[in-house]
Amino acid sequence: MANVESSFKNMTLSLLIISLVASAALGLVHQFTNEAIVKAQMLKINSAIEVVVPEFDNQPFEEAKTIEMDGGELTLFPAKKDGELVGTAVKTFSMNGFAGLIELMVGFLPDGTIHKVAVVSHKETPGLGDKMEPQKSNFSVQFEGKNPENFKLSVVKDGGDVDAITASTITSRAYCDAVERAYKALKEGGVQ
Amino acid sequence: MNKFYNLTKGILKENPIFVIVLGMCPTLATTSSAMNGLGMGLATTFVLLGSNVVISLLARLIPDKVRIPAYIVIIATFVTIVDLVMQAYTQALYEKLGIFIPLIVVNCIVLGRAEAFANKNNVFQSALDGIGMGLGFTFALALLGTVREVLGSGSVFDHKFISGDGIIVFILAPGAFIALAYLIALFNRIKK
Repeated sequence: MANVESSFKNMTLSLLIISLVASAALGLVHQFTNEAIVKAQMLKINSAIEVVVPEFDNQPFEEAKTIEMDGGELTLFPAKKDGELVGTAVKTFSMNGFAGLIELMVGFLPDGTIHKVAVVSHKETPGLGDKMEPQKSNFSVQFEGKNPENFKLSVVKDGGDVDAITASTITSRAYCDAVERAYKALKEGGVQ
Repeated sequence: MNKFYNLTKGILKENPIFVIVLGMCPTLATTSSAMNGLGMGLATTFVLLGSNVVISLLARLIPDKVRIPAYIVIIATFVTIVDLVMQAYTQALYEKLGIFIPLIVVNCIVLGRAEAFANKNNVFQSALDGIGMGLGFTFALALLGTVREVLGSGSVFDHKFISGDGIIVFILAPGAFIALAYLIALFNRIKK
């Protein structure tokens, strides 16, 4: 079975047609999935906000405010009930995870106390670093009700107040780093 | 030769992981849990099926000298489709597999089957080959993932059966090599 000849015209034409069809197909798929992707991401952020702040009745998404810090972006989501601020969810990050980027959602009460912390995304090792997820261990519980004003956000090994996850000191450090950054962002852009 | 030989050979006799030993990067990197291995395997199966079918259809129309770039464009298209669809409908898994989904493009198995099988055989046999090889890959990854999860975290598909930690080394990189080596040895023993 002889293939078509490898002439300049044939080669150019076949690659051109293949690329065109491929891009058309991708455009189509993108159109179909785009809405679902945006929705899935919104849903994830929204459910993380709901977990970390007390009950609210506004749309934190619409009042969000972003702050640039340390080469990344933090987003503040004010949660209000009957027009009064009940807490602020801060989407924060740390680049120092064992496998790179860690994103957390930290909920602060209006006085700066940490209400709850949720994990938005991470790539830490399953069985070790992923114990920072609240459903896998109670590592994150120790942050609840603490005010970073008098609670030193670093692991005990580094002279702080946080008990690290066994065998995951790097992950624990990154977690503290992210929470610390969230607190800084809250003080800087705080919706009081 | 049995008509369906091309479907079944990939699962045991020519298993891409245990016998041909191709595509080691995702094999070692994504199998820290059974679910990750299974997800990665199924994503690759879809790409294999799609690329095998399209390439066997177009094989005669693509000039020999540009066949590799043409195959890569076709494979990349299918990978991007998987990437978008997973991002839209299986967010959690997508985030765990992370960079390894786009990297299916450079998985040796996919291009290997295109070169070694799809461009010489008809559409039906190529489709069977794609599914067979894909299932073999999925089987191998899920098995490796299960072994590592059982030993490393003491759980199967996230259902924990011991309290506390497992043998942690198995969910880290060295454990991947150790577990894979023993599985290949076992596989060779059974095959004899």
